[in-house]
Amino acid sequence: MSTPLVEARDVVKRYGPTTALADGRLTVVSGESHALVGRNGAGKSTLVRILTGLEAPDEGTVRFDGEPAPPLADRDAWRRKVACVYQHPTLVPELTVAENLFMAEIHAARPARLGFRVGRGSGGCPPDKHSINRQPQHRGFISWRRLRSEAAQLLDTWDVRVDPDARTADLKVEDRQMVEIARALSFGARFIVLDEPTAQLDNREIERLFSRMRALQDSGVTFLFISHHLQEVYEVCQTVTVLRDARWITTAPVADLPRAALVEAMAGESIETIAEQAVQEQLVDAGAPVLLDARGLTSDAYQDVDLTVRKGEVVGLAGISGSGKIELAESFAGLYTPTAGTAQLDGERLPFGDVQAALKAGVGCVPRDRHEQGLVAGMTIGDNATMSVLDRLGRFGFIGTDRRRGFATELIDRLDIHTEGPEQPVSDLSGGNAQKVVMARALASDPRLLVLINPTAGVDVKSKESLLARVDTAREDGTAVLVVSDELDDLRRCDRVLVLFHGRVVAEHPAGWRDHELIASIEGVDHG
Amino acid sequence: MADTKAPPVKPVSVPDVRAARAVLLRRARELALVPALLVLMVIGAFVNDSFLTERNLISILGSSAALAMVVLAESLILITGKIDLSLESVVGIAPAVGALLVLPTAESGWGTEWPTALALLAILVVGGAIGAFNGFLVVRFKLNAFIVTLAMLIVLRGLLVGATKGKTLFGMPDGFFTLATSTFLRVPLSVWLAGAAFGIAGLILKYHRVGRALYAIGGNADAARAAGIRVERVVLGVSVVAGVLAALGGIMQTGYVGAISANQGNNMIFTVMAAAVIGGLSLDGGKGTMFGALTGVLLLGVVQNLLTLAQVPSFWIQAIYGGIILVALMIARVTTGRAQD
Repeated sequence: MSTPLVEARDVVKRYGPTTALADGRLTVVSGESHALVGRNGAGKSTLVRILTGLEAPDEGTVRFDGEPAPPLADRDAWRRKVACVYQHPTLVPELTVAENLFMAEIHAARPARLGFRVGRGSGGCPPDKHSINRQPQHRGFISWRRLRSEAAQLLDTWDVRVDPDARTADLKVEDRQMVEIARALSFGARFIVLDEPTAQLDNREIERLFSRMRALQDSGVTFLFISHHLQEVYEVCQTVTVLRDARWITTAPVADLPRAALVEAMAGESIETIAEQAVQEQLVDAGAPVLLDARGLTSDAYQDVDLTVRKGEVVGLAGISGSGKIELAESFAGLYTPTAGTAQLDGERLPFGDVQAALKAGVGCVPRDRHEQGLVAGMTIGDNATMSVLDRLGRFGFIGTDRRRGFATELIDRLDIHTEGPEQPVSDLSGGNAQKVVMARALASDPRLLVLINPTAGVDVKSKESLLARVDTAREDGTAVLVVSDELDDLRRCDRVLVLFHGRVVAEHPAGWRDHELIASIEGVDHG
Repeated sequence: MADTKAPPVKPVSVPDVRAARAVLLRRARELALVPALLVLMVIGAFVNDSFLTERNLISILGSSAALAMVVLAESLILITGKIDLSLESVVGIAPAVGALLVLPTAESGWGTEWPTALALLAILVVGGAIGAFNGFLVVRFKLNAFIVTLAMLIVLRGLLVGATKGKTLFGMPDGFFTLATSTFLRVPLSVWLAGAAFGIAGLILKYHRVGRALYAIGGNADAARAAGIRVERVVLGVSVVAGVLAALGGIMQTGYVGAISANQGNNMIFTVMAAAVIGGLSLDGGKGTMFGALTGVLLLGVVQNLLTLAQVPSFWIQAIYGGIILVALMIARVTTGRAQD
């Protein structure tokens, strides 16, 4: 067998106490499209960061064409070997396509590139008919005419039909991706990592992307394809590598790995987890009164959703990113406004699009991102925890200092937040403790409905346990809980889990589901 | 054996000490300017014998009152993470409108000859209305606060010059000057009023939920919204309050000067910003206290007074004043140990 184009062996990467990758392995043969799959947190992104030279592995080796990977600092060498098209574009939106394509030359300390940029592995590559060795600038001044013509030539070579003068922000997602790919190819890279490229594309665009991929593959480009949609893996890839819990599980030709086997490899049903699942019981009384009753909720993100949650019931919402699960949950907390449908909380109409009204109606919420929406970093723990309930802590809007301190201290105790006290700035806290403060804020108003969006994201194991224990306490108090999460551990505590796919509820799993069943319906393998 | 080991005592006591020290440090930062103020006073006492006299100190306060009101207004806006440059024009146009309403045509008024009390009320209403307009443009139309209020600064100044044809307005009823001329315990009413305003604002910022909402919005508007704070409404309200406060500052200024020139308040915003930032407010929002802002005002007032007493040639006074502001900013940066972004 010839030397693989990319080979990563025994890669280990730790971030502080957490091991992001314990046994990373990947072997990509030149000219294939290789899929990398695994659940969130399986180590895919870490492996990609190492393969693209953004981080060095703690242990293990990465080789390109049999040669060791260049040092981290040598960005030019990395650019000639590998490129990654991320979900979030790395192009500057306000600049033209041409300027983005030649950003590196324009701002290079020493002018260099296109001249000796001859593609390695000249085998199937398009001949460098555009062996441009002129610079788009002269003594620091940019020749826009030359820049434009070189950009046009470059786009033409790779058959990307985009106007080089277009403002990058105006491009459609698929065109932007193609520009990124063209830029990567122009550096000489023949190994392209596509990180969930289809997440923001519709079906026709996905088809176009795939035919582009096949064409580029024919001309010698190798892809590493990351996707949550398993059917796409079967459609466009030849080989698949599965990661789970930071470890390499298997690498096999897709043809030899039927869907069920693939899902099982991703989910990894072990005896322990089955035992754990068996312990779970239906905790809610089927006769408990319905607390939240939503009918026909519709918006841009989801369509015609009916949802009921009983008192003391914990309902999970699962789905891939973009499935509408977050928007659906935010609708009940007033953070997202549905265009149609109604929701009743305890028989009363729940107003939409108004956080304060939702709070008054008895909805507490842990928003999706604690940095963006959860916390005010400059304020103290006490301030953050009591922010939603200040009107209850004194008369005429004045806050009784002692009352607030007492209230905050009680919340700190209740949630087991490790802190010097309520006066400590929340920015001092670790991720887990900070998330507990967000949870404290949600619980402070004694909600009847608790909406938790990714409540354990970026949180260490111990804090996670203590956060989830709060869910159990809330349930015992008769609070209805709606949990949105990508983590199976969060969902395991739910009485039932609803799965959204493209904005529709496609499945409902009562407690005791097997991991692979849930993953299959999340990934959309068991239907459509 | 290992089990019988006594649990370490340290972790129990250490956090307390550390917490106490952290609290002390935070307090110390609030008081960062007080030593600087004291040093200036000592220098002043050496430079000029009349500096530390009661009369001079009261005159410093009296001349700083109007500035203090505008700094208070600006501080509230800065804490929410916005900015209002047009406040300096409000200082000019709001009292001018009041004057035009009471003055007869012969004294370049509009001839409506409103009663004084009503005209004084009108001044505050004008300030509030301008604030509301600014706030509306920023909140509803999502225009950039900096550029909107810069445009308003120019528009309002232009309106003032137009309405008065560039002339200075004299001869308003005594009511216009009461704040600066009447005294209580030998201190002008304007100083008492400014002091009270700072006190109330300080209390509200610290102990009222509206005050906490200002910090939350300035710190992270999205988080504030998710916590149920009506961000738009609060920002609009702060705009209005700031307009009213600046108009009040305009009345004080009118009383202090004894007339309203078309230039009243001109260039004041630079001093206002300097006082606020020296006093520890962040232009990014979410940080700073009223006490800090007040010490910023007093610091600049003392400096101005010292320059006058030291008989610095008037042609150089601006350059020196500006230089001292720069130095004060640097010192504040060092003593508070935080970036002034």
